[in-house]
Amino acid sequence: MALLEIHGLTAFYGDFQALFGIDMSLNEGETVAVIGANGAGKSTLLRSISGLIRNAPGHIRFDGGEIGALSAPDVVQLGIAMVPEGRRLFPSLSVEENLLIGKYGRSSNGAWTLDAVYDLFPVLKERRHNPGMSLSGGQQQMVAIGRGLMSNPRVLLCDEVSLGLAPVVVRDIYSAFPKIRATGASIVIIEQDIGQALKVADRVYCMMEGRVTLTGTPAALSREDIHAAYFGAHRR
Amino acid sequence: MSWLDTIVQGIMLGGLYALFAAGLSLVFGIMRLVNLAHGDLIVLAAFLILLLITALGLNPFLAAFVALPVMFALGWALQYVVLNRTLGDDILPPLLVTFGLSVVIQNGLLEGFSADSRRISAGMLETASLQIGPVSIGTMPLLTFASAVGVIVALNLLFYRTSLGRAFRATSDDSATAGLMGIRAERIFATATGLAMMVVTIAALYLGTRANFDPTMGPARLIYAFEAVIIGGLGSFWGTLAGGIIIGVAQTAGAAINPEWQILAGHIAFLLVLIVRPRGLFPRAVD
Repeated sequence: MALLEIHGLTAFYGDFQALFGIDMSLNEGETVAVIGANGAGKSTLLRSISGLIRNAPGHIRFDGGEIGALSAPDVVQLGIAMVPEGRRLFPSLSVEENLLIGKYGRSSNGAWTLDAVYDLFPVLKERRHNPGMSLSGGQQQMVAIGRGLMSNPRVLLCDEVSLGLAPVVVRDIYSAFPKIRATGASIVIIEQDIGQALKVADRVYCMMEGRVTLTGTPAALSREDIHAAYFGAHRR
Repeated sequence: MSWLDTIVQGIMLGGLYALFAAGLSLVFGIMRLVNLAHGDLIVLAAFLILLLITALGLNPFLAAFVALPVMFALGWALQYVVLNRTLGDDILPPLLVTFGLSVVIQNGLLEGFSADSRRISAGMLETASLQIGPVSIGTMPLLTFASAVGVIVALNLLFYRTSLGRAFRATSDDSATAGLMGIRAERIFATATGLAMMVVTIAALYLGTRANFDPTMGPARLIYAFEAVIIGGLGSFWGTLAGGIIIGVAQTAGAAINPEWQILAGHIAFLLVLIVRPRGLFPRAVD
């Protein structure tokens, strides 16, 4: 059985339906990428898993237990951490305090400590006493990922990691994912930057207008398939 | 009475106002909640201390110590059960609810303790004093001021050196993202109000030993507390102490010139500071 299983998940913003019956699974130790254009429902999917959006029970199971109706703190406690879109660092906290707050909700003995995060992103160690918001966008993204890791999650959810970052910075950040999965964590990455996502993912889900339109391993998917699933039409 | 003496007495009085204000500052800093019942909660705590003294025969300091956890529990429950429901984008519900709470507390105290004014006797300490150079400082005012500094130092350590303090600041910044860190905002808020009620208890001890109190005097204390918080800069504990001292010195100096001017001088000082520094003396950088 998969670690995280989603069956027939729907989500609404008022009358607007954002997800139409999503099926998805994530195995232990696996990295899955969810790609799709703006408004495809990727973030809604992630917010549903993390508890930011609370769903009707019965559609999301983690490690055998139902989690779709749980609050965000409850989900964190079970071992699912989220790196939110736009980094969302705490302005009043220093870099180090932003990292430390990541383990507030879950006491765990795992590989991820302050030192381990500083080994992963050495630039953060030099700036650990600076306010979190004084860092560049890429460094802030590193803090956000490190903050998520501090709870030693079994699943790390990353929303739009590359958004607004220069390609060279995105490459730096993506080089961390193999090291993160080496510690045993399963990862869900939401991306618009297809190239990066395909490089690190074991499997890919492509979403469009609230539905999964394509799934498979990166090697098995052709560019044409992805374009069709992403934009809804074959390129001529 | 020398001017030096007036200023020293004013600083000591400022300690009392800082104690009134610190709890208000704590709660406002974390959840942007203005608690209009804060002054009445101080009076409630004073009656609780008085009750413990008369019922159990404790000395005032021990009674206050016993009252601390009781007031923490009361604050925790008040926030968790009542005030959390009023928080949101609209600032009106918390104002209305705490205003109502103020009326309820005053009438409850009138019902339970009558309108008679009471005082907490500190025995020998009341008249004891220290002679420092030309200035004579009462032991109780000195204890009040030392307690105020102690409370401010403790709150700063809690805020900037502990895991709970980080959670306070993170929740204040962005409670949705704090939830993603496993922080339950409703419990953080309840803990903050519980802590504020412990500060209120300390304030109540010195309020009750300094002068008479009665069930309806809460709102007047609230004004001084507000003024101290606002001229200190919202969310800064040291600013709150500075604000309290400014009000205290202004009142004592006003009274030294003409006793009728005591209260007015405090309010004028408040307005003058706001004219020069509209955001207070030590505004928080991030707001």
